[in-house]
Amino acid sequence: MLSRFSSSIVRQRIQKRQMSFELSSTQKEIQAAALQFSKDVLLPNASKYDKSGEFPWEIVRQAHSLGFMNPIIPEKYGGPGMGGLNSVLIVEALSYGCTGIQLAIVGPSLAVAPVYLAGTEEQKKKYLGMMASEATIASYAVTEPGAGSDVNGVKTKAVQKGDEYVINGSKAWITGGGHAKWFFVLARTDENPNTPAGKAFTAFLVDGDTPGITRGKKEENMGQKCSDTRTITFEDVRVPKENILGAPGAGFKVAMGAFDLTRPLVAAGAVGLSWRCLDESCKYALERNAFGTPIANHQAIQFMLADMTVNLELSRLYTYRAAAETDAGGVSSYSASIAKCFSADTANIAAANACQIFGGAGFNCDYPVEKLMRDAKIYQIYEGTSQIQRMVISRTLLQNFAQNGTSKMG
Amino acid sequence: MKILVGVKRVVDYAVKIRVKPDRSGVFTEGVQHSMNPFDEIALEEAVKLKEKKLATEVVAFSLGGPKSAEVLRTALAKGADKAIHVQVSDDEAGKLESFHVAKTLQKIVEQEKFDAVFLGKQAIDDDSSQTAPILAGLLDWPQALYASKVEEGGSGHMKVTREIDGGLDTIKVKVPFVLSADLRLNEPRYATLPNIMKAKKKPLKNIPIKDLGVDITPQTETVEVTEPPVRKAGGFVEDVSALVAKLKEKGFVKA
Repeated sequence: MLSRFSSSIVRQRIQKRQMSFELSSTQKEIQAAALQFSKDVLLPNASKYDKSGEFPWEIVRQAHSLGFMNPIIPEKYGGPGMGGLNSVLIVEALSYGCTGIQLAIVGPSLAVAPVYLAGTEEQKKKYLGMMASEATIASYAVTEPGAGSDVNGVKTKAVQKGDEYVINGSKAWITGGGHAKWFFVLARTDENPNTPAGKAFTAFLVDGDTPGITRGKKEENMGQKCSDTRTITFEDVRVPKENILGAPGAGFKVAMGAFDLTRPLVAAGAVGLSWRCLDESCKYALERNAFGTPIANHQAIQFMLADMTVNLELSRLYTYRAAAETDAGGVSSYSASIAKCFSADTANIAAANACQIFGGAGFNCDYPVEKLMRDAKIYQIYEGTSQIQRMVISRTLLQNFAQNGTSKMG
Repeated sequence: MKILVGVKRVVDYAVKIRVKPDRSGVFTEGVQHSMNPFDEIALEEAVKLKEKKLATEVVAFSLGGPKSAEVLRTALAKGADKAIHVQVSDDEAGKLESFHVAKTLQKIVEQEKFDAVFLGKQAIDDDSSQTAPILAGLLDWPQALYASKVEEGGSGHMKVTREIDGGLDTIKVKVPFVLSADLRLNEPRYATLPNIMKAKKKPLKNIPIKDLGVDITPQTETVEVTEPPVRKAGGFVEDVSALVAKLKEKGFVKA
């Protein structure tokens, strides 16, 4: 009797340790709802906004009313209160329709993430509450004309003057910059060039109508054209010290910590794009005939579709894993970097393959796939370039190996 | 008004239906399913009436296999307050007919005292278009079928505009009544994320069919299911007299 009892406990423990690769019914419902909205509203309007470059306000407002904006804002501030994995499912579905419109909707989450992580209760109530109650844009302003990957090279200065800080400098490629109601700004508060990055920067929440802020012209980009990208200049912009996010001098950590939350979302965007590439390619390959049969019956096409499938499934799985790790309370930098790195590369290859499968039509602007190729490129660049991701991955790998003698983590 | 809304889980409208090689039916395994589009419209109308304070409660109902719970959860996310799932096995579900659904609805209405039953005008899988009128007959209630507009009718009545072959027909029906929703009645809302989460807490009652004492023995036997014949090319004729001559020649018109 006793042996039967203990073996059933062991069986239960083993079952608990097994991974589930199946989404729960709630997760499926959430993704289905986001996908229906994406297919009904984003997809048919994608080309229009790509050609006009106009900010898709109507769709952004509709997305907000459906609860798809800033999914991580907790319910107590009026937000959807979704975890990391649920947010990823939403972003993946929206990206299927159009990554540009998706970025207009989800871009503000980049600014929301650091407030969610490091904000005081007052800051959270004010800024997260504002984002939850109305469709509002906010921007994450770290990159500068002279510093992108090298965040330590940020030159925007913040000098303390009594109860205020005065910010001077300019930020570049700021998503949503033209419409942002407020900015998350990283500025250097320690003049000494030898101070380590972890102590030299401070994070600020800057209201968009503060005097001294100049929003540059809307940049014309290769893809995701309807998303607003601008240079933002700060000239003697005064910010009360209550608007410091986290501790003074600890801004670098706040800015980097936010990436752990947002990297899986960006990876999800790339996954949604790869998914769309595969669907468009399958549809075309089953319709287009060559040499007496649909091209889907030729091995050359089949092998391309198979490769696209393999990489899509893998990038999806790893993105879900990275998001699930943030939900479980862990630090997901390693998984998030792998997910973003792989998904971005996958999206670019998938889009190029889609254009190839479409043949001449793939090069033509009346067909949907050339836009996918233009939209895919940025995934290898923003939110940490593919080169930076490889640096993060190799550094973590070698640290782990030096300590444990294996590349296996945990 | 307490409204009962029938929702059916059907093969999704966008799916390319394939007939099984043994001609016993169509493939449904692994095929995308969703709520019958006309039922979505019926549900939306009921929820709208609740928002206009003309109805107090909207209850979603489905008679089907275990997976019918999915459409009930969608109904809860789109505004229904409660859901009732009368469950049968998947095999039994495949053989259900409008008559059985109507009899089951009758039992639920009698038990829970509803003031109106809203249904889609027809299900897109069998296109029977029978459940609403059969139910009205069983309950001896007035019916408003193919509704394209629903308004207050005053003194215990509702005013319903219906789409008929000749145009629009506006009638007044006394409450309680049965309504079937047509395409242009409204545009169903999207389920919002907060509502999907709230739906988890709404009650979903499971009732096995035998508890209701409804006999679901099929009255019809499906002999064969085939695809429609492939469309053949037509021909052009010069004028009306040539058309008449051709019709006579082919035996469609008495010579």
